[in-house]
Amino acid sequence: MSTGIRSLFARIDALTLLLYFILVLVGLMAVFSVEYRSTDVGLFLPGKNYTNQAIFLGISLFAGLIILFTDSKAFASMAFLSYLFGIVLLVVTIFLGKNVKGSHSWLSLGPVAFQPGEVCKIFTSLALAKFLSLNETDFSKLKDRLIGAAFALLPAIIIVLQSETGLALVYVAFFLAMYREGLPNGILICGFSFIALAIASLLLSQLILFIILTALAALFTALLWKRFLHSGPLRLLIIGSYAVAILFSQLVVPFAFRHVLHRYQTERIYAMLGQDVPEAYLPESELAEDEPTRKKDNNYNVTQSKIAIGSGGLWGKGILNGTSTKNGFVPEQHTDFIFSSIAEQFGFVGSALLILIYVLLMLRISFLAERQRSTFSRVYAYCVASILFVHFAINISMTIGLAPVIGITLPFLSYGGSSLLSFSILIFILLRLDADRAVLIR
Amino acid sequence: MSFTPANSRRFVLRAIFIAMGLVLLIRLLFLQLFEPKYKVMAADIAIYRQVVYPPRGVIYDRKGRVVCYNEVVYDLQMTASNVPRDFDSSALCEILGIDGKTYHQNYEKAKWSNGPMRPGTFLPQLSPAQTARFGENRYSFPGFDMVERNIRSFPEPHGGAFLGYIGEISQRMLKQFRFLSYQPGDYVGLDGLELAYEEVLRGRRGVYYREKDKFNRPRDSYLKGALDTPAVAGRSLQLYVDMALQKYGEELMQNKLGSVVAIDPETGGILAMVSSPSYDPNLLRGADRSANFAALYKLHTKPLFNRAMKAFYNPGSTQKPMTALIALNDGVITPAYGYPCRGGYTLCGRFIACTHSNPGHAANLRLALANSCNSYFCHIYRLSVDAPKFGGVKKGLHKWYEQMYSFGFGHPTGVDLPYEIGGTLFDTLQYNEMYHGAWNSCTNVYIGMGQGELAVTPLQMANGMCIIANHGYYYTPHLVRAIANNPKDPVLAPYLVKHRVSNIPDTAFKIVGLGMMDVVNHGTATVARMKDIEVCAKTGTVENYAMLNGKRTKLQNHSVFVAFAPRVHPKIAIAVTVENAGYGATWAGPIASLMIEKYLKDSISAERKPLEQRMLNGKVINYHQVAIIDSTQRAKYELYRQRKDWLRQQRDSLRRAQDSASFFWYVNHYLMKKK
Repeated sequence: MSTGIRSLFARIDALTLLLYFILVLVGLMAVFSVEYRSTDVGLFLPGKNYTNQAIFLGISLFAGLIILFTDSKAFASMAFLSYLFGIVLLVVTIFLGKNVKGSHSWLSLGPVAFQPGEVCKIFTSLALAKFLSLNETDFSKLKDRLIGAAFALLPAIIIVLQSETGLALVYVAFFLAMYREGLPNGILICGFSFIALAIASLLLSQLILFIILTALAALFTALLWKRFLHSGPLRLLIIGSYAVAILFSQLVVPFAFRHVLHRYQTERIYAMLGQDVPEAYLPESELAEDEPTRKKDNNYNVTQSKIAIGSGGLWGKGILNGTSTKNGFVPEQHTDFIFSSIAEQFGFVGSALLILIYVLLMLRISFLAERQRSTFSRVYAYCVASILFVHFAINISMTIGLAPVIGITLPFLSYGGSSLLSFSILIFILLRLDADRAVLIR
Repeated sequence: MSFTPANSRRFVLRAIFIAMGLVLLIRLLFLQLFEPKYKVMAADIAIYRQVVYPPRGVIYDRKGRVVCYNEVVYDLQMTASNVPRDFDSSALCEILGIDGKTYHQNYEKAKWSNGPMRPGTFLPQLSPAQTARFGENRYSFPGFDMVERNIRSFPEPHGGAFLGYIGEISQRMLKQFRFLSYQPGDYVGLDGLELAYEEVLRGRRGVYYREKDKFNRPRDSYLKGALDTPAVAGRSLQLYVDMALQKYGEELMQNKLGSVVAIDPETGGILAMVSSPSYDPNLLRGADRSANFAALYKLHTKPLFNRAMKAFYNPGSTQKPMTALIALNDGVITPAYGYPCRGGYTLCGRFIACTHSNPGHAANLRLALANSCNSYFCHIYRLSVDAPKFGGVKKGLHKWYEQMYSFGFGHPTGVDLPYEIGGTLFDTLQYNEMYHGAWNSCTNVYIGMGQGELAVTPLQMANGMCIIANHGYYYTPHLVRAIANNPKDPVLAPYLVKHRVSNIPDTAFKIVGLGMMDVVNHGTATVARMKDIEVCAKTGTVENYAMLNGKRTKLQNHSVFVAFAPRVHPKIAIAVTVENAGYGATWAGPIASLMIEKYLKDSISAERKPLEQRMLNGKVINYHQVAIIDSTQRAKYELYRQRKDWLRQQRDSLRRAQDSASFFWYVNHYLMKKK
């Protein structure tokens, strides 16, 4: 047995584990630097966030150890069951969740509160991997593709109902994993085109966008005129996409801003674009107010975060010397805006290194995925990489003003037990599966 | 495994990962390296410059007694956000002795002066009782704290005339070159030594860069204090003034209008500078300064007016030694020169009376000085200005003017106090203007005996005595002996220059001194005679006029007395004026002699005690008359101010009118051209 354990540890991917430890320790340090006051006496004072984070880290490592000693086949066999459990948990949370800043995504068990939406990412990854590795599944068929999409979208929809839109967005990550497993290229192209269209419809006025879209459609039609006359699918594609684009930009976006999105969401989206919310999208009650009262500093968080990051310079201000970090100028700096504290204290060099570590980790996971014998492990690994990617991309983009403020954490760095624990579990399951990469897991 | 297209897709996914990383890197590159504004913004929000004011320098008198020091008082500060909701304000009110209404007023004021998160002043300058009571109970009042503050304090209530006071810098001062480095709200000396030695006393401000948090509360020092400059305390001043003498002088001068200036002739150091009525310098400090200042300013007796260097009078007979010095210097007389006075001077076609008529009372300079012969000094004045070697009275008077000027008359002496007045001394030019060129030595013969177009300050009189006492030189009168115990400080350099103003041999000076000693021994100033001190003195009785109810009225004479003592190796030169008090020997003489005795002997001898009592109790202010004169002056000044305002308005409107006119001309001119 002892040889088995030794060989198990020998089979664990050291690079991934190293990167994981680097990230969690940097995170602990970052949380510490946000809270540190020169008047503090001693380390790890009770009640401080960094003390809690250290405890969370201990719990996470303990959980990781348990996972490493679990049989790798257990994950596959428990996949659907855990998914069901996660969905039930999410539904229960809608009704029993406590109200944290307007969302009902937190469930409290005595003194411990956690976000089922975070944990559910693990279950969804396992379930999707399990579904795609089933012998009966043929992912080239539309039916199975729809089922796969449903696996990802069901929790997302429930999370939207919990008013935690940002977290729901993470579930888009599973489409990246499914893309690897054969989802058509069109999906990716459609996705990016759609994002471009969405940004364009925010930036440009409706009339100008209408003219541009019409001109584009006319241009394509003229260029492909011969094929347009003879090819039915092409006709359908051009006319259909034109109709969708017009419908989206002229009807859906205004409707969404007026009736669906919350006021704060509208503000965040426009703040990201560096613009004021157009008067057309403001409720009538606010139009009556004076101009200055309306122009509140909506993007206060992002401004402060950009100041902190931008003032870091090349080498940064040095550890525990960040003036914005030490003095609490960036709201939520220990959770969503943790990147700003790193960038302020360690400058461009430090933040670039951090980004490199993240990219390296994602590439490494992708490499691990490709060397798996079983589909289950591969799909699961891609799920992990995609989740990391979405978190990483959106979180850092939002701290430097490239994306609207969406409340999702930076993996391994942000303060928070749910986040740290779920990402640790994701990584340790991956390490466990990778240790048994030669075994066929179904 | 079965999905063939999947193999290439891993590269697509990896490309997406890398591309996203690159996008973020590029954005960070621009944000962190090419947008310096964020550094400025970060410094703006998180770093603040804390200015620490050092304690002002202490002032000591010649014997090392403290004249002015910094007293620590406590302000009660309050941070509203730290005051609990259920705070028991009645206990605090009881301790501080204030009522509930005041508490709520002060609470709101302190809360909103700096915002609820930062401390604001709740009660300034706690009394010692309040300080003690609050200090015992401070633990029971969260949110309240005592903060140290320095205010200027004067252990003895004397010396207001030269010590001055400090206050917040005014807008007008801020525009001056001298105060360029000051900021609104800074404290600065506003008068007296506090203003004159502002740069010495203030020290150097300390600047500390500190971080503040999002509520503007100060936190750690920035960069561990690498950019900080510490405050340097102000340097101390050591004065020549003897505070015991100063106190004695102020007591002698109480209930009189006038001044005393005592100078050490060897150094030019001012031993006492009394301006009566005097005031307690402690009145002009701290929170009550402006109220007390207004009250003092309104008094008819003008206590804020330093008569020792701002009031000027005809010198009267006290000018006679100076006239003699100039005549001797010009070589027109020798000490043996005599004038046959028969009770008056007649050579100018009119009769100038002399108090003596016995023959031989002006047979030489010593006798003439002792008897204060008007004829003699009128005559030697004429001899000086009409001396043939100068070639005419107009050149001669200029020479006379030059010598008087070098003696320190007709211009501020340069004492180390601000706003000194120079007095009146006419040159040939002024006389030419006055008489349209048609005048001779008879026209202004009175200035030889100290009347006419000659006005001097008591400080200048005392300085004149120094010249005689020193046999021909003087040091510019000054109050400060040393700065931080260094008498050779560069700031004091102007006061270390010896001004030699006369080439008369010592023997002649000796004769002048003997003549002045005779004044005391058997002349007009016998009241100043002391058994063991040879006092040399000259009395003066100055006629003066004022407009009373629209009529030019002759008022009671000013009593003036100048002296130095002892005759050999003089230690003190003194000038005393008592306004509208009568003969020089009645009031000014005794006061001067008592001051001399006090300084040289440190106590008053028993047989002179009754004289001292008479001086201490004497009241010579005619309050009614002073009030009328003062009201007239203030009314005149008011009219003058209104007139000046009106002129300024006129000038301003004229300028505007000219501007409009030139504008219309410009428009019309070009319109015409265009047409």
